Amino acid sequence: MQVVQYYLDQIVDQSQLNVFLEVFSTEALTKAMELDEQLRTRPDAPRGKLFGVVIGIKDVICYKGHKVRAASKILGDFESVYSATAVERLLAEDAIILGSLNCDEFGMGSTNENSAFGPVRNAYDQTKVPGGSSGGSAVAIQADMCMIALGSDTGGSVRQPASFCDVVGFKPSYGRISRHGLIAYASSFDQIGLLTKSVEDAALSLEIMAGPDAYDATCLQEEPVTYSQLFHPSHSSDKPLKIAYIQQCLDHPGLDPEIRENMRAKIDQLTQAGHKVSAVDFPYMDQIVATYYILTTAEASSNLSRYDGVHFAYRAKDTKNLEEVYTKTRTAGFGMEVKRRIMLGTFVLSAGYFDAYYGQAQKVRRILQTTSDKIYEAHDLIVLPTTTSTAFELGAKQDPVSVYLSDVFTVLANLIGSPAISLPLFKHSNGMPYGLQLLTKRGADAALLSAAHQISSMRV
Amino acid sequence: MAELRISYECVIGLEIHIHLNTAAKIFAPEAVTYGAPPNTHLSPLTIGHPGTLPYLNKGVIERAIKIGLATNCSIASKVGFARKNYFYADLPKGYQITQDQNPICSDGFLDIQLNEKAATKRIGIERIHLEEDAGKSSHDQEAHTAVDLNRAGSPLIELVTKPDIRTADEAVAFVASIRQLVRYLGISEANMEKGQLRCDANVSIRPLGSSKLGQRTETKNLNSLRNVKRAIEYEFKRQIGIAKKEGIIEMATLTWDEQRNSNFAIRSKEQAHDYRYFPEPDLPPLLITEAQLTQLKAQQPELASERKRRYQNELGLSLYDATLITEDLADAQYFDQLIAANIPAKQAANWLGVHLRAWCNENQKTISEFPLAPEKVAALIRLVIDGAISSSVAAQQLLPLLLENPNANPQELAKKNQLILKDDDDWLLALIDATLEKYPDKVKAYKQSKKAKGLIGLFMGDIMKAAKGKADPQKTKKLLSERLSA
Repeated sequence: MQVVQYYLDQIVDQSQLNVFLEVFSTEALTKAMELDEQLRTRPDAPRGKLFGVVIGIKDVICYKGHKVRAASKILGDFESVYSATAVERLLAEDAIILGSLNCDEFGMGSTNENSAFGPVRNAYDQTKVPGGSSGGSAVAIQADMCMIALGSDTGGSVRQPASFCDVVGFKPSYGRISRHGLIAYASSFDQIGLLTKSVEDAALSLEIMAGPDAYDATCLQEEPVTYSQLFHPSHSSDKPLKIAYIQQCLDHPGLDPEIRENMRAKIDQLTQAGHKVSAVDFPYMDQIVATYYILTTAEASSNLSRYDGVHFAYRAKDTKNLEEVYTKTRTAGFGMEVKRRIMLGTFVLSAGYFDAYYGQAQKVRRILQTTSDKIYEAHDLIVLPTTTSTAFELGAKQDPVSVYLSDVFTVLANLIGSPAISLPLFKHSNGMPYGLQLLTKRGADAALLSAAHQISSMRV
Repeated sequence: MAELRISYECVIGLEIHIHLNTAAKIFAPEAVTYGAPPNTHLSPLTIGHPGTLPYLNKGVIERAIKIGLATNCSIASKVGFARKNYFYADLPKGYQITQDQNPICSDGFLDIQLNEKAATKRIGIERIHLEEDAGKSSHDQEAHTAVDLNRAGSPLIELVTKPDIRTADEAVAFVASIRQLVRYLGISEANMEKGQLRCDANVSIRPLGSSKLGQRTETKNLNSLRNVKRAIEYEFKRQIGIAKKEGIIEMATLTWDEQRNSNFAIRSKEQAHDYRYFPEPDLPPLLITEAQLTQLKAQQPELASERKRRYQNELGLSLYDATLITEDLADAQYFDQLIAANIPAKQAANWLGVHLRAWCNENQKTISEFPLAPEKVAALIRLVIDGAISSSVAAQQLLPLLLENPNANPQELAKKNQLILKDDDDWLLALIDATLEKYPDKVKAYKQSKKAKGLIGLFMGDIMKAAKGKADPQKTKKLLSERLSA
């Protein structure tokens, strides 16, 4: 109970960061008391693997009887009538859910400025953004407001804020954690991810949430491994890894020169540590952002059709007919960026444009898949920077396209379904942190976590 | 009319929606119901709540493959779904999950017959695809539209024919054949009144002899065979009317108004939707193996046409009887059980086709709702065959009694109600003599003139009346003839 109270105090003390949209304080304290009681009266009773672990969840993850709003006005005071599979599994292991975390509306954004409830601020420097869309989740860990935060990652929404906030950001393989109960942005990209202080925390949380689910047909079907055992001394072999880095990433014109330099230094360091590091050719860096935005906005335009004011959540007042219910509700309910993406997605799926945009983008996605499969045949992992820069100034990014382009290093993992992790290994001379990103092939989450553990515990 | 038909021919393609009879919905767990109070069978998924995902009910795949195989279609090896996007109050997700580019079944055909003696005609089937139904909007509420989502998510197949149909009667025959087929396959009740089978008709006209297709219109909402016929005939005439005045037939979506016996446009070309189809990302494609197809092929039940042939060839039924009995699978199954109880085919067919059917028609029920088990009816027919009761008494007296006491033993019931024929020659002869004594003139006339042979009917009637139904008519006639020729 003291632990929960500690985090509640932390949240109140740093309320200016605007991290939590709602705190379930009474409920969390009650649950903590129950667990204390169990320790006192039945010390030998079995305890869940997350006994008393305090967890925050991004406002796109459903928790029965609690508001879930995707940081949007359109959901009004909507309360979920069921819990996400991920949440069910956490609760079954005696975790304590502390509250819902601020984010970009429907997970659309890279700065957390697209929230109907105001931006989240970076705890390192409150004039800076925390990144997005899981900005609240990243700052919750950065500013010590909970032990583990759930985010969601469609194009980097866990890894990019992790990089900006100096925490671990892990996006498992597509389908590793059930999406049942995750509010959809782009269904073939979305994946629940984790923001944690360490790779070990990420591994343990994954172990609990991963695995097939009858409610999500896109789940990976094989049973996951016991990820938390990966780092057991008997397991860790510190074997040399075959690491690829993408030449075109380091040469990318948008990459901050200091980050480039430090990446090169890291590559040398890995080589010196006995790993086999080699450059690979990946001539599609100019296509991946466009491909990502065509496909995700197409899916989003359809996924967000259900917010129409008819059956649940917010409905505009003073409407004369169905047409007006739709237009007034959606005009008032959605924010600018969400509207932009719905329109873009509607356009790329329209008759006459479908082949040129959506069809073409699907072809590129398949090419990216086969190209990366080839890389994974010869390499254990790919390393690249998580972000092209450190955290932006609040309000600095006005042009949506320049924000989209800053996602260039993170969207690849979502396009090919790879697990990816951002490790908080660097600090820029401007005082802000940034991360190193690792990718492995889809399904190889264990290998990724092992390598991440090995690389992050390297002596520099 | 005759003159018009000389110059124009009607080209018809049908789109038939059929509800599959799975217990649960196609992508959601709740039950599929008919006539339940509105909005009582809904999961968060069906209402489109955030975070819900569809998961496929495998039963629908099996059923779709069954009809595909029975209509000579190719079956896709990979079944994927697509989203059809549009906004409507009875579509909570804002899109319908359906199939677009790669339907589960394609390129098949079905042979139809206008009547049991007509030649068969082959109607091509372009595709059969799977989809979820929308909810039901009722516009008959004052100033409001009511939406019932119970139906939303019900499993449907949509069957699309090639434009091979030329007359309203052919269209009706095709729909009836498909309805019969799905019932035989056991994949749908296909009750049109309940909306389990709905039909849209694409109609165009062209000068007879031309091979070019004209501009078609689509008439929706054809919920009975009668409406299929009337709507197509109406639209054919309407289009000819326009063509005769050298007007332009415009692409339109029409709906059939049963009350006014006419159609009206609900959408013109300009209002045509752009559905923005794209692959459904929540449902990975499902692979269908050769082994699965082989297994389903082996499971295919005997279909109507095969059964009809068998009844004629093996049981010696007439074409008429065989057609009548095989029309509905339940009838045929009932018939089979009568045969299994050793009832001769002709008698089984008569009882089923006349007396049992009369009960069904009177009560507006099907044979599967008939209260008496086939064994019971067989026992009743057996009494007639054995000469224990007359067939008219069996049908008019014993059957109604049995329907009131479905558990009774027919023989005991007949005895109790004194319906058993008296097998007593002396008693019968006494009755015959009494009658003949009543009409000495007529007896004289009968014996003198061949023309007066018809008088035997009069004698019979009188005797049977006196016997109060307990005389075996055949035996009576024999004894009477003997007496008269003595």
